[in-house]
Amino acid sequence: MKKVYAKEEYCLGCRLCEVHCIVAHSDYKNDIVKAFKKQEQRPLPRVIVEENRPVSFALQCRHCEDAPCTTACITGAMQKDPVTGVVTCEESRCVGCWTCILACPFGAIARNEQGKKVASKCDLCSELGDIPACVKNCPNAAMVFEER
Amino acid sequence: MINYSTPEFLIERDRNRCIDCKVCVRQCANEAHSFDEEEQKVVSHDEKCVACHRCVVMCPTHALTIKRFPLEFRQNSLWTGRTIKDIYMQAETGGILSTGMGNDKPYPIYWDHMLLNASQVTNPSIDPLREPMELKTFIGRKPDRLEFKDGKLATKLSTQLELDLPVIFSAMSYGSISLNAHKSLAKASQVEGTFWNTGEGGLHRDLYEYGPNTIVQVASGRFGVNPEYLNAGAAIEIKIGQGAKPGIGGHLPGEKVDWEVSKTRMIPEGTDAISPAPHHDIYSIEDLHQLIFSLKEATNYKKPVGVKIAAVHNVAAIASGIARAGADFITLDGFRGGTGSAPLRTRDSVGIPIELALAAVDTRLRNEGIRGSVSIISASSIRNSSDVVKAIALGADAVYIGTAALISLGCHVCQKCNTGKCNWGIATQNPNLTKRLNPEIGAQRAANLLLAWKREIKEMLGGMGINALESLRGNRLMLRGIGLSDRDLKILGINAAGE
Amino acid sequence: MLMREGDIRIPSGCAISGIMNKKGQVFSGGDIIKSIALMHDRSNGLGGGFAAYGIYPEYPDHYAFHMFYDDVKAKENTEYFFHLNYEMDASEKIPIRKVKGIGPGPIIWRYFVRPREEKLFELEMSEEDFVAKSVFQINGTIPGAFVVSSGKNMGAFKAVGFPEDVGEFYRLDEYKAYIWTAHGRFPTNTPGWWGGAHPFTLLDWSIVHNGEISSYGANKRYLEMFGYKLALQTDTEAITYCFDLLLRQHKVPLEVAVTALAAPFWRDIEKMTPEKREAVTAIRNIYGPLLLNGPFSIILGSRNGIMALNDRVKLRSLVAATKGDFLYVASEESAIREICAEPDTVWAPKGGEPVIGLLEGVDTL
Repeated sequence: MKKVYAKEEYCLGCRLCEVHCIVAHSDYKNDIVKAFKKQEQRPLPRVIVEENRPVSFALQCRHCEDAPCTTACITGAMQKDPVTGVVTCEESRCVGCWTCILACPFGAIARNEQGKKVASKCDLCSELGDIPACVKNCPNAAMVFEER
Repeated sequence: MINYSTPEFLIERDRNRCIDCKVCVRQCANEAHSFDEEEQKVVSHDEKCVACHRCVVMCPTHALTIKRFPLEFRQNSLWTGRTIKDIYMQAETGGILSTGMGNDKPYPIYWDHMLLNASQVTNPSIDPLREPMELKTFIGRKPDRLEFKDGKLATKLSTQLELDLPVIFSAMSYGSISLNAHKSLAKASQVEGTFWNTGEGGLHRDLYEYGPNTIVQVASGRFGVNPEYLNAGAAIEIKIGQGAKPGIGGHLPGEKVDWEVSKTRMIPEGTDAISPAPHHDIYSIEDLHQLIFSLKEATNYKKPVGVKIAAVHNVAAIASGIARAGADFITLDGFRGGTGSAPLRTRDSVGIPIELALAAVDTRLRNEGIRGSVSIISASSIRNSSDVVKAIALGADAVYIGTAALISLGCHVCQKCNTGKCNWGIATQNPNLTKRLNPEIGAQRAANLLLAWKREIKEMLGGMGINALESLRGNRLMLRGIGLSDRDLKILGINAAGE
Repeated sequence: MLMREGDIRIPSGCAISGIMNKKGQVFSGGDIIKSIALMHDRSNGLGGGFAAYGIYPEYPDHYAFHMFYDDVKAKENTEYFFHLNYEMDASEKIPIRKVKGIGPGPIIWRYFVRPREEKLFELEMSEEDFVAKSVFQINGTIPGAFVVSSGKNMGAFKAVGFPEDVGEFYRLDEYKAYIWTAHGRFPTNTPGWWGGAHPFTLLDWSIVHNGEISSYGANKRYLEMFGYKLALQTDTEAITYCFDLLLRQHKVPLEVAVTALAAPFWRDIEKMTPEKREAVTAIRNIYGPLLLNGPFSIILGSRNGIMALNDRVKLRSLVAATKGDFLYVASEESAIREICAEPDTVWAPKGGEPVIGLLEGVDTL
């Protein structure tokens, strides 16, 4: 299964991946300005840049084989798709209990408290049908999308 | 004391487009942008901007642009704003004004006063897409003739460097530019069948694998020079002078000497690396003869040894002396050559244009009948493939490109290399900045530049009815001057357009 | 005012033809004139010429200088030069007949001379170097004098006019030679100077040439380093000096000279055996400045034979044929069939592939 892998030696720490992740999950997928200025509840970035200068890299959900978040989820909102392998959070079923956040060994899940409380995490841009927005827009090829 | 310095540039931010994502804040090493927590907005500080365009390029909504700071001085052809501000700076500091890159003053550019020929009717032009078009050339000492015994070649040639195109990456030291920049150029030179030059900072361990494409440099500071280094490359270049700063040595500020640079140069970490003005063992031409042969002995006569000089007033006589001192190639560096750091006045007032120097040296060596004994590599001012063609027509065997190579890697020629804050990861050792130059991408870009020029040179050669580079070398009849004085035409050895 | 060759560079296109008898049996100039006359339309009447080998059997060891003089003063100065440097055993006007197509021209004279022994000894030069030097000296320093040919038992005959008229003018049907080459010229901007016509000669070498070399500037500046003075600024002059340098001065094998002037492509060199590849690479590297770029077909004549050659991409036509002891080369097959209706073999040589005809018993030009 293709996943996103980081190359920390090339990460600039610019966080453009975070910006493009937001845009890709907003209502204005082709307009950065509107996604930021017009959208009322701006989505959270699902990729987070971890930094300890000069080292930095982009971290997102690893879509683990045996994903602890799916076992921890009390409502079954966290599911691993048996075909694609992508782990997604079905927001209609999420109750914002944050158990998955405790369980995730990578700290890749964030709390979205703007409206209904939901867990927010990388979905490999499965709805876009393209390579993930963070990988596509990284200015220094610090992320790759490949099978390993 | 009041500080009289005013900003050079104005940062213009379109507030309608700015999304306060803070990419510009994170990317500017000069700290020209910052985030105001109270206002929750990004703000800019014009006085820190050097017009490197990093923020402009990185901004996801193209909200930024850089303009010249609109501070008007009263019109004065002699006392321009720039000239006045230089004096303010010196009044404040008592110091030498320093700068990076090459001479930016409006002296004439002779490449732009030379035009190329095309064949028509009496001689057909050649189509490079359908016919072979050969750019291969050889750098090294060539004998006057070849001897054959029983139909077989009896003459033994000294080692020649084989180039697939007449363009080589110029000497830029590790220290003045980053390891990632060196890696990019080394890899690109390997891919496109040419060479790159280490500059005077030695050769980093990681780059020894590119040895067969490397020209190692021995400069006055002898940084990094040991037997392994000398044998690691394909050729050795003794750097006597550099076009950007003829008469003085290199200067690498202590801030740019980190652990890796210190190890490679064989000097203590954090110390300024100052190359002496002359080589202290070359005070006359016979001393150069001795050094050339010392290096040949040290490498068992297996590598071409060349000499790099800056183009100065009596360059033709110096070149003749160097050829007779045993050099296998001579590099001529004109006054527009780039540098990581040089005193401003030296850069802008010392040295002569490469076009004139090249023509003078080629003519002089031919008049003396010794042109075959050395290859001439022309350095500085090569901006594009037509400059390359003109240089070959004037007499060069190949050209070095420095600034053009760095621009292909992302350089925006802001001339602040000496500060060590290169936002493009090129002229810096700061690890936060050097990571910005991904050598895989850099190598691809530099190789693309060479490939693009290869294609363009083939088009121009074909247009002239030539299908092999050796028929262009020194072929002054392919050039015509435009807007040049009779004297200029005479020195360049070309006719005027219309003749 | 139109400038003449030497003051300015004049390109031209043309016709060439050559006949050789490999056994050295001489024959009249009638055939070569017929052959070149057939290709009349390739010329524009502004130049024609012939080279002939074996025409002076009574003076086998004398250098036969054919001279053009603009005026009597030039003749006097040149004869004085000969007097100082050579033993002159004969001096006469070259016989001509008046022909409608040939207008007024220079004084045409020939001398049979040998270099003075004491001069050779004093200058420590070989005979050939001495004669070559004399040619440069006369052409360069005696105004109005021009050396048309300077070889032994050979001569060049040229003028402004169609080649068949030139042949008629010089009464070439009365001469007998074992090699004849001919040329008709189509220059593009010349006042029509007799000296500018082909062939161009130096010692025993003669070159007739069809085409224009774009590498001229590079070739010239390399040849100048070896002491050649390219006074005429023509491609033919440069080509002649290239051969003189390689064959006479550097004494390289003929095939090496051909490789230098019409080199194979790198993609073909890569497929050669390592030993051959090294040799050809060295030739291209060292003799690169002699590479002739641009369309050409040439016939090189010498006392031992002829060589016809095309540029490496064959941008000019060249056809060869044999019949018995005869070898024919020409710009067109029809020019060969005009004088040899049924040759034994006929072929068009490939670009860069020489056609070599040598006298029996000789192994090089």
